[in-house]
Amino acid sequence: MTGLWPTENSRSRGLLLLVAASAATMLACGPVAYEIPIETPIQPKLDVTPFQRVLIAGFVTGGSEDVDTNQETVRLLRSQLRSKSSLRIIDADVLPLMEIAQEQNRTNTEPAAGGQDGGATPVADRAQAGAGLPSRIREEKDLEPYERLFANTTYWKRIGEEYQNPLIVTGTVLFTPQSRSGFVSRDVEQYDAFGRRQVIPTRTYMERKGFMLRPKFIFIDGRSGATMYSESYREEVLYNVQQSTPALSSYFELMDRLVPNFLSALSSQKVRGTRVLLK
Amino acid sequence: MFTLRPMLSALVLVPLLASPAWADKRSDARSEVAFGIDVAQRGLWREAIYRWERAIELDPTYAQALNNLAIAYEHEGRLEKARKAYERALEIDPDNLQIRQNFELFKEINDRTVADRE
Repeated sequence: MTGLWPTENSRSRGLLLLVAASAATMLACGPVAYEIPIETPIQPKLDVTPFQRVLIAGFVTGGSEDVDTNQETVRLLRSQLRSKSSLRIIDADVLPLMEIAQEQNRTNTEPAAGGQDGGATPVADRAQAGAGLPSRIREEKDLEPYERLFANTTYWKRIGEEYQNPLIVTGTVLFTPQSRSGFVSRDVEQYDAFGRRQVIPTRTYMERKGFMLRPKFIFIDGRSGATMYSESYREEVLYNVQQSTPALSSYFELMDRLVPNFLSALSSQKVRGTRVLLK
Repeated sequence: MFTLRPMLSALVLVPLLASPAWADKRSDARSEVAFGIDVAQRGLWREAIYRWERAIELDPTYAQALNNLAIAYEHEGRLEKARKAYERALEIDPDNLQIRQNFELFKEINDRTVADRE
């Protein structure tokens, strides 16, 4: 017997038809968004075409004494450039730039003190030279007086001539221990009475220690001794206070983050990512 | 009289947009976009660019085609053209979250390189 209202069977058949029709429509139209990997080429920030060689000269460094930051930075950048740049790397002794800067400072101070400069040296310069350079660099302001070394075009031109006019990379690197305490947000896993997993954000007080790395890379034209470009970075890593991480491994961890930026100044890079194509 | 003017314009425009010629163009543009996606997925980005540029010629209001074109320009390193295409796509379809997300990812790279140069 057929009634006025559709039976259970006919109703579910209708629902099935609707679902099938929707699925068929979706299949016919196909998806409308497609994720696709892309590689964006980034041009180098510097025009290095006039150079065939690069000299990673050395750095004015400070902070932790557990790492020879000057030697390690030169070694790391040379090895990175060897594999990721078309420039030839000059294997020269690392310049002890702090000593050189102090020597230059003494030379500049002597005539000023003896009054033989005939008033040619500006007062501000004399004051700066008289103040001397800090022999131990602990913080960023200790690095400031050393900036004069990088502006000394005569000196860098002479270095350039010595190495057949390469691109010169120098600068400052500050690698300092850090310690900080405060509340840290962490996700804590919990299971309820039914054994269901829950992740609850929890704020806990923690004492942490680690390191901060602040390099400034300066690119100098070896033909003229003039600065072409410079860039500064700041990276920090903090660990649980119970964790004992050697300073050298923290240094490499932080440099690892910075190296792509350094390389992008000299050679073209490809940045990988994904985008969504639409119909 | 003034209230009649928009209505009259609508009366003229609606049949134009709904005309078979316009529908054909729209349909051709969709085919070009679909073909472009197909070739882009096989790594033939130049061909994809040609197809999506053609789609935009046929239908300049096709936000999805502009989005795809922007991605292709990005892949080719033509960053200024990519930015313009994304901006135009978002002008047409400001609420499209996928276009916005693509643009944000693009800006992350592009702004970084611009800032570095400055």
